[in-house]
Amino acid sequence: MGNLAIRFDGVSKRYHIGALRKANLTFREAITGTIMAGVRRIGRRLRSRNEAPSEDTIWALRDVCLEVKHGEVLGVIGRNGAGKSTLLKIVSRITEPTSGCGEVFGRVGSLLEVGTGFHPELTGRENIYLNGAILGMKRLEINRKFDEIVDFAEVAKFIDTPVKHYSTGMYLRLAFAVAAHLEPEILLVDEVLAVGDARFQKKCLQKMEDVGHEGRTVLFVSHNMPAITRLCQRAILLDEGHLVADGPAHGVVSRYLGSGAVLSGVREWPDPAKAPGGEIARLRAVRVRDENGQVTDAVDIRRPVDLEMEYDVLVPGYALMPNFQFVNEHGLHLFSTHDVDPAWRRRPRPAGRYVSVARIPGNFLAEGMLFVGAALVTIEPIFSQQFYERDAVAFQVVDTMEGDSARGDYAGIMSGVIRPLLSWRTRAYSDSAVSPA
Amino acid sequence: MAVINARRVDAPQLRVAAARIAPSRGLVSLRLRELWEYRELIYFLTWRDVKVRYKQAALGAAWAVIQPVLTMVVFTVFFGRLARVPSDGLPYPIFSFAALVPWTFFANGLLQSANSLVRSAELIKKVYFPRLVVPISAVASGILDFFLALLVLVGLMVYYKMALTVNILWLPLFTLLALVTSLGVGLWLSALNVQYRDVRYVVPFLTQLWLFATPIAYPSSLLPAPWREVYGLNPMVGVVEGFRWALLGGSGAPGPMLMVSGLAALGVLVSGAFYFRHMEKTFADVV
Repeated sequence: MGNLAIRFDGVSKRYHIGALRKANLTFREAITGTIMAGVRRIGRRLRSRNEAPSEDTIWALRDVCLEVKHGEVLGVIGRNGAGKSTLLKIVSRITEPTSGCGEVFGRVGSLLEVGTGFHPELTGRENIYLNGAILGMKRLEINRKFDEIVDFAEVAKFIDTPVKHYSTGMYLRLAFAVAAHLEPEILLVDEVLAVGDARFQKKCLQKMEDVGHEGRTVLFVSHNMPAITRLCQRAILLDEGHLVADGPAHGVVSRYLGSGAVLSGVREWPDPAKAPGGEIARLRAVRVRDENGQVTDAVDIRRPVDLEMEYDVLVPGYALMPNFQFVNEHGLHLFSTHDVDPAWRRRPRPAGRYVSVARIPGNFLAEGMLFVGAALVTIEPIFSQQFYERDAVAFQVVDTMEGDSARGDYAGIMSGVIRPLLSWRTRAYSDSAVSPA
Repeated sequence: MAVINARRVDAPQLRVAAARIAPSRGLVSLRLRELWEYRELIYFLTWRDVKVRYKQAALGAAWAVIQPVLTMVVFTVFFGRLARVPSDGLPYPIFSFAALVPWTFFANGLLQSANSLVRSAELIKKVYFPRLVVPISAVASGILDFFLALLVLVGLMVYYKMALTVNILWLPLFTLLALVTSLGVGLWLSALNVQYRDVRYVVPFLTQLWLFATPIAYPSSLLPAPWREVYGLNPMVGVVEGFRWALLGGSGAPGPMLMVSGLAALGVLVSGAFYFRHMEKTFADVV
């Protein structure tokens, strides 16, 4: 057993959706809720003997059995909500499983908690000690690595300055340096959460590779399939909480891509029998195109991008409304867009093949991965959904840091789910009462 | 949270602690040993709170003194002078201030710890450590303020020419009693606060009621003798009367009342710690 780093034996984790949605209920709600739950439970019991599957819970992980050896670099893949982050949370003991058990051998560190606990009022030196202690380092250990951390972060000159005066770059470097020097036996990397600019993300990946070479265990969650196959020998695939594949990274990645859960800029259904659709219309393809019409899975934040839906109308006489749903990498539904092209709006269509295109302007989306769901409904004479393909395509929005995007000259993390480029005006009032002292 | 076996496995190169992952059921262990392992984190979080508090406020450390001193002035004018509340033969200012010093420590510790988990939500969602660390360091961060206020109390004693007695050796015990009470109630409230944000509204109200239920503006000698021991069920009664006895002397040691207070405080602390540990597994999911 000494060779094992992680062992999961039938680990499951259930979340109460109610608890997630309105986490902070009041006493009154708790009391009424408890009474109502009791009433419902009695009601259910009267109706049937079987324990009905509760509707307000979801299983983020279900019966996951897993063994990871020391020194193994394991890729964890799956679509949004498949349970990847929950898996990492259980390994790091942030949350405990609902059932099942397991063992984790060694100190767990993660590159998703970079800068956690940093306080702006404290100096760089103070924050190194504080952050180190939060991550589980002993003071002696921090003393020993202190110079190394400061060197790595390139902040020696400002080490006794409060970090609120640091540039974002310095702040991130320092935070990363502390996390990187923790030297955990097991390192967790959630690429989705590794915020920051491209250079910083690269540094995270580099560090991960180094750690892998040093014989440590790494769990790497990513949507970036090439990175998974490059860095990991082995991968696991999660789907709705179930571990559905476990094996050599190449095999698992191809299975994932082949399963139709492709996360790329194009998705096609050559066989109509297997395509999503109803009796009236059937989906053929969804594509992401840049402004030159090239299919792409990475777009410049400043340029427009076209979302294209190709579909066959099988039965004439219906007015249709194609639409797209945009979800970001944190699973947040950003917006939906409906086809309002007057050419076909509320007009019955003849049977045949159609292509509907929605153009998203440049300087509107925020950086990061976007997942696009494609759907089609009939509006008249009846309302019916013909298909809804969740995560049909995905693409990356990339900020080029050239200074002409909405971020201007700021190089650090910009939060927010959209990033419009707005017009700004600043006027100087030189005759105002305020004068330099 | 998971039950942790602190057993160590001898691997070829490294000694590796095996952490067991499993749902906790029934009465969970307090895992004090693991808490001890994280004592440096308690120190650093306490130190951070103190440092930040003093750095951010314009008057800095002065607040530690202003709060009890102004309360003492108001109490002296209204209760001491106008209402002529008895003060066991002591000058009213020092009578009330000797009570306000531990009271302020208790009330601030309570407030800080009740909000501590919610304030540390980011930390709790991202990093594992024994969650007990959070309310403990919140209460501990008031210790420095307490000593500053204590200095003022000593100054006041010099002014009133009060002689110190050997009773003062008991003072650390009463301070500990105040800390235990504050932490015990803080553990209950902080864990409740994660689930029910009503706690935010309850805390100021609770401390206000508690202030008047504690003999700060008046002496407990107002109560007929047999009721004093019952009164001791409020642990702050023991703390306050203990402080007066240790510093200002006066009538004999409030022995039985102190015993009751000590047991009550211990009860609150132990039950609070178990309740906290019982709720702990949901913190990261709910906070």
